[in-house]
Amino acid sequence: MKVIEVTNLIKIYNESEVKVNALNGIDLGIEEGEFTAIVGPSGSGKTTFLNMLGGLDMPTAGEIRVGGTDICGLSSSQLIDFRLRNIGFVFQAYNLIPVLTAIENVEFIMQLQGTPKQERETRAKELLHQVGLGDRMNSRPAKLSGGQQQRVAVARALASKPKFVLADEPTANLDSKSTENLLDMMEELNRKEQVTFIFSTHDQRVVHKARRVITLEDGLVISDERK
Amino acid sequence: MMIAVAWRNVWRNKTRSLVITIAMSLGLASGIFYMGFYRGMMDQRIQTAIATEASHIQVHHKSYLENPDKKFFITQVDSTLDAIRKETGVNAVSSRIILNTMIQSAATGSGVKITGIVPENEKLVTNLYTKIAEGSWFKDGKRNPIVIGRKLADKLKVKLKSKVVITLQDMEGNMTAAAFKVEGIFETSNTAYDENCVFVQKADLARVMVMEENACHEIAVLLNDNALLDQVNTELIGKFPDLDIKNWREVMPEVYLLESSFNLTMFIFIGIILLALLFGIINTMLMAVLERTKELGMLMAIGMNKTRVFMMILLETAMLALFGGMWGILLGWLLNFWFGIQGIDLGAWSTAYESMGFDTLIYTHLPLSVSLQIAWMVMVTGILAAIYPAIKALKLKPAEAVRIDM
Ligand SMILES: Nc1ncnc2c1ncn2[C@@H]1O[C@H](COP(=O)(O)OP(=O)(O)OP(=O)(O)O)[C@@H](O)[C@H]1O
Ligand SMILES: [Mg+2]
Repeated sequence: MKVIEVTNLIKIYNESEVKVNALNGIDLGIEEGEFTAIVGPSGSGKTTFLNMLGGLDMPTAGEIRVGGTDICGLSSSQLIDFRLRNIGFVFQAYNLIPVLTAIENVEFIMQLQGTPKQERETRAKELLHQVGLGDRMNSRPAKLSGGQQQRVAVARALASKPKFVLADEPTANLDSKSTENLLDMMEELNRKEQVTFIFSTHDQRVVHKARRVITLEDGLVISDERK
Repeated sequence: MMIAVAWRNVWRNKTRSLVITIAMSLGLASGIFYMGFYRGMMDQRIQTAIATEASHIQVHHKSYLENPDKKFFITQVDSTLDAIRKETGVNAVSSRIILNTMIQSAATGSGVKITGIVPENEKLVTNLYTKIAEGSWFKDGKRNPIVIGRKLADKLKVKLKSKVVITLQDMEGNMTAAAFKVEGIFETSNTAYDENCVFVQKADLARVMVMEENACHEIAVLLNDNALLDQVNTELIGKFPDLDIKNWREVMPEVYLLESSFNLTMFIFIGIILLALLFGIINTMLMAVLERTKELGMLMAIGMNKTRVFMMILLETAMLALFGGMWGILLGWLLNFWFGIQGIDLGAWSTAYESMGFDTLIYTHLPLSVSLQIAWMVMVTGILAAIYPAIKALKLKPAEAVRIDM
């Protein structure tokens, strides 16, 4: 079943002054359980595309359906709620609330969803164990390495039981060992728990972990390979 | 969790939060201390006014206050006094003959208000007898003793046992003079009073004036409690329709103005302090929001809605304000408590205050209800201060906030 369906997606920035055609008509479908990498040179539109999928920004034209809902038709506050219930996010940096511990960060999103305390705690612990941070649950982000922080971010993204997880260059700030660890962990979650991941990257080592690789150039899909 | 997050966010930049907290507590503490000082001074002035000068309620002939002429006197004083004494809430009563006239010593003369009293009754109503600095309060039982204030004694250059002469017009319109012997010299905190008021026995004055014994110009009523003022006042007005009944607030409007304007003064004074602090808090919170755009953008990206973001900033601001406010109120309260026991000596300024009837040793005092009002004002300030930074936070666009600038 398709979780995401994108038709003729166009994004033009700065429509009033100098126009930047970031996306020039993308048609794409993402199936449940996919482990997809979006690649392409800098400025090719990866971030723009992921932001559209995540409902963080509005396209100039085209349609994005997530689980059947046309998200372009939602108001900005409906979108916030939609993101909360349907999409997990892992950003390149600034993922965590610095004043909260790892476990509190994971619980935070569940609290936004209104999950009861008991359930929150159990799930947060479980997820942190899964991402290999069972022993660092009470550390604040500043006390964790970059790789560990990204793992907490993945756990946080999964905590809300989203339909899919979007990750824009999640390994950009990591060394190669942490990069590999994070990707292995994501892949395992994808295999064992059928979590749908869509991530962008520049890193070749990350690219060949993906089972589907979509290449963008100048805001267009120039290749779409499945392994 | 929201509260925990907000509280921890407040202390992310410890120095900055501490600075504004200290500014708040010092500002508020000094405001509260000043209000305590002002209130203490005012309460003491009112107490003195009631205890020494006006009592709680004064009774006169209908026309007397408009035209304080000796011919407007109250008749059948004894039965009236008895009736007033029976009123619940009434502690004591005293009848007085009052006359504005001249007093003369061997050295010089002065205009004074001479009051004829029944010493043992007056003792129950006013505390003037406790202010005797030299001599005594009508003890001898001799004829024509007089008690005068220190300031007047100095002016007339008289001492105890000196003779002074009172010149007056009697009830029949004849000018007469009578000699009195200084028996006591009093000193109150009101130098104007000390200069202008003298006391003699009612019987002596009545005799000199050829006035009937069972008459007087004024009846002073002391109550058990100032809180009973309105109640007893109304009762007496109902009971004595032919007499003029006035409470101290009407008799001394300038003193009542102090009391009635206190709240307004406080609101303005504390309000100005809080207004200044308001901008300090806004500045602090604005910095806190602007340096966290990435984080707030991330929170909105993952699904924290506007109401929650708004509430979080509001909570942080309110906590900051309340934390500073709490210390300020506590510090102010401690200062008031300490100087409420120690008293503050006005020292160098005492002469000026004394001439206006104020004590020169002020015991600070601020009722709990006023502290609560101030706490409430701090809360409102905190919430007001939060609005602008919170709106600023809401204007963030998550897509732009989370974008990493290379
Ligand atoms: N907010 C914006 N306003 C104007 N132009 C923008 C904005 N965001 C992106 N662009 C432009 O849109 C194009 C696509 O940018 P995008 O960030 O999506 O590329 P990217 O593939 O993510 O690049 P990178 O690999 O460097 O992250 C670029 O030309 C960029 O300059
Ligand atoms: Mg990018």
